[in-house]
Amino acid sequence: MSAQFINLFYLAAAVLFILGLKGLSHPRTAVRGNLLGSSGMLLAIVVTLLDRRIVSFEVIVAGLVVGAFIGATMAYRARMTSMPQVVAIFNGFGGGASALAVGAALQEALKGGFVEEIDFQFTLSAAAVALIGAVSFTGSGIAFGKLQRLVKERPILLPGRHVINVALLVICLGLSAWLVAEPTSSLSFWVLCGVAALLGIMLVIPIGGADMPVVISLLNAYSGIAAAGHGWVLNNSVLIIAGSLVGAAGFILTALMCRAMNRSLPNIIFAGVGAVVATEAESEDIYAGRVKAASPEEVAMLLDSARRVVIAPGYGMAVAQAQYAVQDLANLLESRGVEVEFAIHPVAGRMPGHMNVLLAEANVPYEKLKEMDVINPTFRQTDVVLVIGANDVVNPLARKTDPSIPIAGMPILNVDEARSVVIIKRSLGPGFAGIPNPLFAADKSLMLFGDAKEMAMQLVAALKQT
Amino acid sequence: MEVFVAALTIFVLALFVGYEVIRKVPPLLHTPLMSGANAISGITLVGTLVTSGMQLTLFTTILGFIAVALATANVVGGFLVTHRMLGMFHRKQ
Repeated sequence: MSAQFINLFYLAAAVLFILGLKGLSHPRTAVRGNLLGSSGMLLAIVVTLLDRRIVSFEVIVAGLVVGAFIGATMAYRARMTSMPQVVAIFNGFGGGASALAVGAALQEALKGGFVEEIDFQFTLSAAAVALIGAVSFTGSGIAFGKLQRLVKERPILLPGRHVINVALLVICLGLSAWLVAEPTSSLSFWVLCGVAALLGIMLVIPIGGADMPVVISLLNAYSGIAAAGHGWVLNNSVLIIAGSLVGAAGFILTALMCRAMNRSLPNIIFAGVGAVVATEAESEDIYAGRVKAASPEEVAMLLDSARRVVIAPGYGMAVAQAQYAVQDLANLLESRGVEVEFAIHPVAGRMPGHMNVLLAEANVPYEKLKEMDVINPTFRQTDVVLVIGANDVVNPLARKTDPSIPIAGMPILNVDEARSVVIIKRSLGPGFAGIPNPLFAADKSLMLFGDAKEMAMQLVAALKQT
Repeated sequence: MEVFVAALTIFVLALFVGYEVIRKVPPLLHTPLMSGANAISGITLVGTLVTSGMQLTLFTTILGFIAVALATANVVGGFLVTHRMLGMFHRKQ
């Protein structure tokens, strides 16, 4: 097939990607959007296989089979709680594939077997792909490790890490310049990949688990940009278009997550928030004698007399696998005429929108999942708020401007405006920001100490007896 | 230089299209959007196919095989997991 024809099909694939992403932006069209996107991909792959430069299909078929098996297995076995890990690892695969493929293209071009000439565009974009692709490969690996608890989830702060990072970046830029200036050997490319891989590790280890929504979004953007760079190397328009679409999506989500935490991107990446955990003495000042513990029966009575209940879930609910028990509780309350809604903070969970997926899996209809801006004005008319496994996103200290408070200025769910607040939590331990939460000691608050799933089940049992 | 400018044009315009298309996605769909977009970034597979099909040297063939496998896992896994997730969203009966 001639190059013109192939490019026309690539254009069709690019249109399908755009329609697919557009479809993904509305709940009713999302499934169709995903199917459009995947058919665009299929089209692009099939057309590419007709390329005359391909002399042998064994390696391609082997790669396709192995990759499809790995991808499908991971996709089917993944639990919704581990969705951030899955997206992280797929991101890493994409970034890594771009870097390796560009390396292979460079190798072939050096042998003179490649149609593309080694010009300025080739070397400059190859250097960019090596840097971004390798950072997204190892960065995603570390993010995966942190989310899977294989690597310490709290920030790991190496001494002099800023100096090391700047040095690594300077080395990367130097190697890039070498590759561009002297494209006669691939050595600079591979060394660049290695140094960038190290940089990826260094950039992600100092970031705490609660900041993962930002890291995952950013790595997603990087893997898109790496794919676009790959398109620059090969002069392939569909790679450039699809890659930059994904890059834009990743950057938008990164910006949204930063805004949701009211922190700048450099602050999230470099400040190491969550490394310092409050001492017991500090917490004792706030909690001493003011925390009221309640039994499930007492809370059940409170819920039974309520007209409107809002449930504010956090990642702790997912860790305890309490989603189904919580949904049972919500159903029971609704069957008794209580209005129940869920308050979803933008950074609840470990990736953007994670909490919505977890609750959707537990059969909560999506109309009941209210975003922060929608639910916040309604807390004054709410009788009881059930905070389940959330901490920092309901911490009133965030309203302070004191710079020593790591979450100062972060918009929170204003649960303390409700008539009463019940917090289901195992202990008074601090959340990811490492600071105590005055909400637990407020007059209107009751602590229901225990495992989230166990307590939700006990509340259901107690409600059934009243 | 001509090709470079053409590629740059496509790149910049696509960034704007992406921004406009995705800007209004509700938080409800952030996770599926991200995993769906992530699958699309597996488009790098298209580039790896040509490179690995040429079989110039053993080294590039091995690199090509790994790149094809990684990118395919990205594409197949990404679209499947997005489909699975979207199947869970439902309205009130």
